Amino acid sequence: MSEQALAPVSSGNSPKFSGGPATSGASKTRSSKWIANQRKLAPWLFLAPGVVMFLVYVIAPIGQSLWISLYEWDGIGVKTFIGIANYIELIDDEAFYTALYNNVLWLVLYMLAVPAGLLIAIFLNQTVTGIRIYKSLFFFPFVISQIVVGLIFSWFYAPNFGLFTKLLEFVGIEGIAILADERFVTYGIIVAGLWPQIAYCMILYLTGLNNVSPDQIEAARLDGAKGWKMLWYIIIPQLRPATFIAVVVTIIGALRSFDLVSIMTSGGPYGSSRVLSYYMYEQALSEYGFRMGYGASIAVVLFAIMMVFITLFIVRMLKDEREGY
Amino acid sequence: MFNFCKTAAGGFAAAFMITSSAYAAGDLVINLDQTDPAPKKAFEDIVAGFSKENPDVNVIVNTMHKEGYKTSIRNFLTADAPDLATWYAGNRMAPFVNAGLFEDVSDVWEENGLNEQLKSAAASMTIDGKKWGVPYTYYQWGIYYRKDIFEEKGIAVPTSWDELVAASAKLKAAGIDPFTIGTKALWPTGGWFDYMNLRVNGYEFHMDLTAGKVPYTDPRVKATFDKWAELVKPGYYNANHAALDWQEAVPALVQGKAAMYLMGNFAVDVFKNGGLKEEQIGFMQFPEITPGIPMAEDAPTDTIHIPANAKNKEDAKKFLAYMARADVQTATNVTLGQLPVNSGAERPEERILQQGFDMLSNAYALAQFYDRDAPAAMAKAGMEGFQEFMVKPERADAILDRLEKIRTRVYK
Repeated sequence: MSEQALAPVSSGNSPKFSGGPATSGASKTRSSKWIANQRKLAPWLFLAPGVVMFLVYVIAPIGQSLWISLYEWDGIGVKTFIGIANYIELIDDEAFYTALYNNVLWLVLYMLAVPAGLLIAIFLNQTVTGIRIYKSLFFFPFVISQIVVGLIFSWFYAPNFGLFTKLLEFVGIEGIAILADERFVTYGIIVAGLWPQIAYCMILYLTGLNNVSPDQIEAARLDGAKGWKMLWYIIIPQLRPATFIAVVVTIIGALRSFDLVSIMTSGGPYGSSRVLSYYMYEQALSEYGFRMGYGASIAVVLFAIMMVFITLFIVRMLKDEREGY
Repeated sequence: MFNFCKTAAGGFAAAFMITSSAYAAGDLVINLDQTDPAPKKAFEDIVAGFSKENPDVNVIVNTMHKEGYKTSIRNFLTADAPDLATWYAGNRMAPFVNAGLFEDVSDVWEENGLNEQLKSAAASMTIDGKKWGVPYTYYQWGIYYRKDIFEEKGIAVPTSWDELVAASAKLKAAGIDPFTIGTKALWPTGGWFDYMNLRVNGYEFHMDLTAGKVPYTDPRVKATFDKWAELVKPGYYNANHAALDWQEAVPALVQGKAAMYLMGNFAVDVFKNGGLKEEQIGFMQFPEITPGIPMAEDAPTDTIHIPANAKNKEDAKKFLAYMARADVQTATNVTLGQLPVNSGAERPEERILQQGFDMLSNAYALAQFYDRDAPAAMAKAGMEGFQEFMVKPERADAILDRLEKIRTRVYK
């Protein structure tokens, strides 16, 4: 393993490098070369396993997706090169815009999980008997599978017997089936998605709150800070790392939302709750989906959108590191 | 549910990869998509009967969940093919035939006289002049209705479109949904479109449309939608059907909140399990709409195929011949509660099946089903359009424009 990993990075050295025992003179020059380059080589050696994994499982599939997106291919037969025709078709595809719009909705509304998580975290950050139980209960939705969340909410919204429908009837609104109504369906699914996401943000903030410095709070209190001012100027700035992570996971979570759409509506009614990832699945892999090329082009678009955010995060992280946060 | 199927399918696929290498020369591996009790029993009987006649063949059956099977078949046909696999007739098998993944079994048809015995299904098994599998069962579609409710409200069984609309109006006035349907999985809408189009424009036009020869913007398609709107606009379907699966639409019929259900015969079993008594269930042919147009019916055929990469094709062909035999098809379909394809098979005993059998025997022609007659991409978009129409009938023109755009792309 180590020799294999060594091979590419040590190619500039003597070809006998990994050979058996040799004369003392040669071994002296070799070891001195090793010593001379050790500092340069060592990081690459340690990085090698990760780099290889990253190349094989991340970079290569990206390349493959880009490549497949230029073909007309049903996944089993012959591939035909069609250039950018798949992308041209996307521009003229209403279903694609519906999915894109829904992704934007997801992105915007999903961000509510961050302040909501913070609120609950602050609320739970106290020492009362049994607080651990309350914390675990609030954290519970994040522990259960998204599939289960989807099923629970499907029943919650179900026409006729669903709890939500009964509640609506109680306040005098009748005959609304959230998941069958193009106006509400995406919001309905996002609410289901928020339930575990809020719990996730909450746990991030709870750990963050543990690290808030008591001295600063004490000092602020002496200076007369209370309530909102205390929260805004003293607590939240100290929660910056937690906020950063919460925003990142929420954005990524919104863009890759798939399970809930699949389990709750299968993209319906008539495709009005589709998101890009689900549309990609539908076109390429589902029961009626035999269009690998088209699916891949949707995946590429989704990747491009994610890239915008990922780049922003990375730039931000590098900047922070340089400034020494 | 859906994701469960996917995982299950993945798991199965993985299981095949591990186990398949252990199969020996005399083994015959069958991949089956039937997990419901009746079909499972039917296949157990077939395998037992075949093994009795061919004691040297060791039959191995892999049963998979139906929905998971639909996606995993692509993997196992290419990666690790069984010797036999169940599937569906018509355009549904076209991708696999075109990709060279199914074996040409014209010789099995030739040698066993199937060209005569299975004549009714021959067309739906033929692509490029060759036969690609053997049909073992089919079933009728039609309107199942609550006999007792019809009697109570004094409604005679409708035999024309006007009577059907009048009956619907009467039921609606009595606070009963005339039709129940669950369109969440989309395909139930295909049954409705098939029948509306078959009755308004006839079989030839319907086949031309599903073959992509006629634009969806053709005024005749619009006429089909206009007729259909006579049921949709007054609200003769249950509300919120887009949130329901087809099984979830059954309780309305059982509880008497709805009176009719356009479905395939497999639904009868579900009605009975739901609590309906035999005498409460009636079956009627979808009534005539345009007078004088010969009545064609939907009758989806289930089939079994030999993958091109199968290892034991010789025994697989024997198995196909066995499954096609008249006596075997009789026994199989008694268990399935469906109809045998072989013309030499015995007439079913059960009342509704008999009715269906007679209807199909006198049918002018048989269509498979929208999602089996039309290619996958068109079927998906089409059924989505039908669902939208059933919720928002006023968008008919926009829907047809969209379908036309997809048609020009799909059939090129």
